[in-house]
Amino acid sequence: MDAITVRGLRKTFGRTVALDGLDLTVGAGEVHGFLGPNGSGKSTTLRALLGLVRVDAGTASVLGLDPWRDATELHRRLAYVPGDVVLWPTLSGGETIDLLGRLRGGVDAARRRRLVERFELDERKKGKAYSTGNRQKVALVAALASDVPLLVLDEPTSGLDPLMEQVFQDELRAAREEGRTVLLSSHILSEVERACERVTIVRAGRVVESGTLDDLRRLTRSRVRAALERVPTAAAAAAWPGVEDVVVDGSTLTCTVDAEHLGGLVAELGARGVSGLTCQPPTLEELFLSRYGPGADVGSASAPAPGTSEPEPVR
Amino acid sequence: MSTLAGVGELTRLAWRRDRVLVPASVLGLAVLAAGSAAASLDLYPDDRSAAEGLAGVVSNPAVLAMYGPLASETADALAVFKTVMMGAVLTSVLALVVVRRHTRTEEEDGRLELLGSGAVGRRAPLAAAVGVAVVAVLLASGLAAVGLAAVGTDPGGSLAFGVAWATAGLAWTGITAVAVQVASTSRGAGGIAFGALGVAYLVRAAADTAPEGSGVHALGWLSPLGWAGRVEAYGADRTWLLLLGVGTLAVGTVAAAALLERRDLGGGLLPARPGPARGGRLLASPLGLVARLATGTLVGWTVGLVAGGVVVGSLLGSVGELADDPQVRRILETLGGSAGGVEDIFLATEVVVVAAVVSAAGVGLVLRLSAAERRGLAEPVLATPTPRSRWYLAHVLVGAALPVLLMAVLGLTVGLVGPTVSDAAPGPLEMLGATMSTLPAVWVLVGVAAALAGATPRFAPTAWGVALVAFVVGELGPTMRLPDPVVDLSPFAHLSGLPGGSFAAAEAVVLTVLAAVLVAAGGLAYDRRDLA
Repeated sequence: MDAITVRGLRKTFGRTVALDGLDLTVGAGEVHGFLGPNGSGKSTTLRALLGLVRVDAGTASVLGLDPWRDATELHRRLAYVPGDVVLWPTLSGGETIDLLGRLRGGVDAARRRRLVERFELDERKKGKAYSTGNRQKVALVAALASDVPLLVLDEPTSGLDPLMEQVFQDELRAAREEGRTVLLSSHILSEVERACERVTIVRAGRVVESGTLDDLRRLTRSRVRAALERVPTAAAAAAWPGVEDVVVDGSTLTCTVDAEHLGGLVAELGARGVSGLTCQPPTLEELFLSRYGPGADVGSASAPAPGTSEPEPVR
Repeated sequence: MSTLAGVGELTRLAWRRDRVLVPASVLGLAVLAAGSAAASLDLYPDDRSAAEGLAGVVSNPAVLAMYGPLASETADALAVFKTVMMGAVLTSVLALVVVRRHTRTEEEDGRLELLGSGAVGRRAPLAAAVGVAVVAVLLASGLAAVGLAAVGTDPGGSLAFGVAWATAGLAWTGITAVAVQVASTSRGAGGIAFGALGVAYLVRAAADTAPEGSGVHALGWLSPLGWAGRVEAYGADRTWLLLLGVGTLAVGTVAAAALLERRDLGGGLLPARPGPARGGRLLASPLGLVARLATGTLVGWTVGLVAGGVVVGSLLGSVGELADDPQVRRILETLGGSAGGVEDIFLATEVVVVAAVVSAAGVGLVLRLSAAERRGLAEPVLATPTPRSRWYLAHVLVGAALPVLLMAVLGLTVGLVGPTVSDAAPGPLEMLGATMSTLPAVWVLVGVAAALAGATPRFAPTAWGVALVAFVVGELGPTMRLPDPVVDLSPFAHLSGLPGGSFAAAEAVVLTVLAAVLVAAGGLAYDRRDLA
């Protein structure tokens, strides 16, 4: 059974359309990345899934429950880290963790201790004295320490340093091994790329792409760079099916190719004496930009953004 | 970069944010002064009728304790007798609120950091806040003076009246400027500044009832509210006392600027102490959390009410001396007391006034529901299995229970102190009954706050306005001769007037049911709307 099923979610705030028929499916036990530019409706979606806002239209089922009607029952089975973590200024971090844990029905003391240590959290500081990153750590410890099957995390690492980001990745992996479902909204694409099996990309309140990372890559062009003994002219290479963005520099040819025609391109190159070849699959960043760059065409593959990093060897 | 760079922009920003609060308060205060003066002049048009009507009252220590000295036995002085002190307190509150919301509140919410990173000097936010508060105080005082002159009182006295308000308002601008440096939270700064206002009021009350020339009477010079009274508008017209207000403002502002140099953005003067690493037993339920967060408020108010109770109780000795004057009794009865000895009438009056003040504590606590929501602190709680109704009721319960506790503290204190100075003073149990009998009216105001907080976090703070109007109408309505249906809108108009009277059970039940209905309405609304 899927952990989260959302169909045609609509929500408007006054004249602003926050969600415009959003669909989302998260399988049980899956770590699901939720991507989108600022203001695309990610946080509104998460708040609707928690029953904090009431949607105007559409259906949502989270762990088989209606988030608005069965909010209390649902909240017994999930933990949430809000996008903007606010703490009670006069309560210490430790007090906040215990409070939130107890409100969720109890804290696993051993797990709590381990998480506080791993995140190197000073529990005795008051809420108002924490930095953004430390506030996020408090909320993360409180969420991860509770024994619930679903974690809803709204950009939980935006304030964490790289070391803590690594700890977070480890904990995410541990959560997955325990069979927990995680819905992770994030801007940090490398984080999503490392942690998530499936991703959903939203834009202006709708889903523009959803699937495994491999599925999404197939929709986007790979970048190929080859050192050849017999270099074709740029015009000749551009005539090969599916090949674009051809640049010839001495004996080196670079171009992009869609997934369908990659085999054909390799055959053409092989016939010209390949002495070196790299093929870089599209990064999530390229996927991302191609999906919500200004001219992005919803649902169809377009060229990756230029100026990306050096290609890696074929995997 | 100058430490005052950007003060112009910040002042404009503050003014933009206060464009409703300040003009509405200024206008309300001016109407309060001119309106009640006009009503009084209607009643006592000339000095002769005024002297006859109120000479007995104004030499009464009980009334002097509440409203300060009477400047002269003229119709004009009687016309503003109550509004001088009441307005001086309210003008001080206005100054306090304005200074605090543009300094510590901004800092606590992190907005000042955003501004401070721009081309804004360190002292600019303080300067802008003080500037706007001074303008607000001067507008309120000036408009009140103009209004008073317009309804036909002596122009020189009207000016002195404005000076009395301005003296108090400017002094609290300076005091609040310091308070927001010392405390590291907006609530803490409010505690200091409101606490100082309460102390100033009590010192003034004690000083104004002591014989002139005594040490206690001289203590009144320590209280800025004492200065406001001693301007004696329409009497001595000591307009030079404005210098004391201006001086306090100057000293306060300079001190605040100096303190500002010694602390970090977001910090206070007192170093942040670490808290416990683990949550105590209280932090296990919404009710426990709300109660835990209210501890400081509870302690502060309790200390205030014990002090107030001691002052009220010890005044009973001098009140008894006036027992034979029938005019004193008649006027006190209009104020809210009922049949009984002068001691009872005096206490019944004071109890209702304190109940109105205590309802502010209850309203403030219930409004934390919407304050938490606006700041994003409702979200973490409501994302746990806590039903919204439980979170809502936790605030309402604490907001309704706090006044019970505070009124009990007042009743017991007065009941214990009173009998030591007067044989006619009621004992602790009778006083407890009297203070408890005001609770239904307090709960109605708590209910209004709950209904508003439940329905809309944005407009919930209007509950403060409702509470203020209920107090002013209930307190001044009968003497301003407002029509009965208007006075009856105030829940305080329906109390039994204990001690001394008989308990009006039916009205208490109606008020309590009304409060419950308001709470229920707020709860239904809160359950059905989006969380901000």
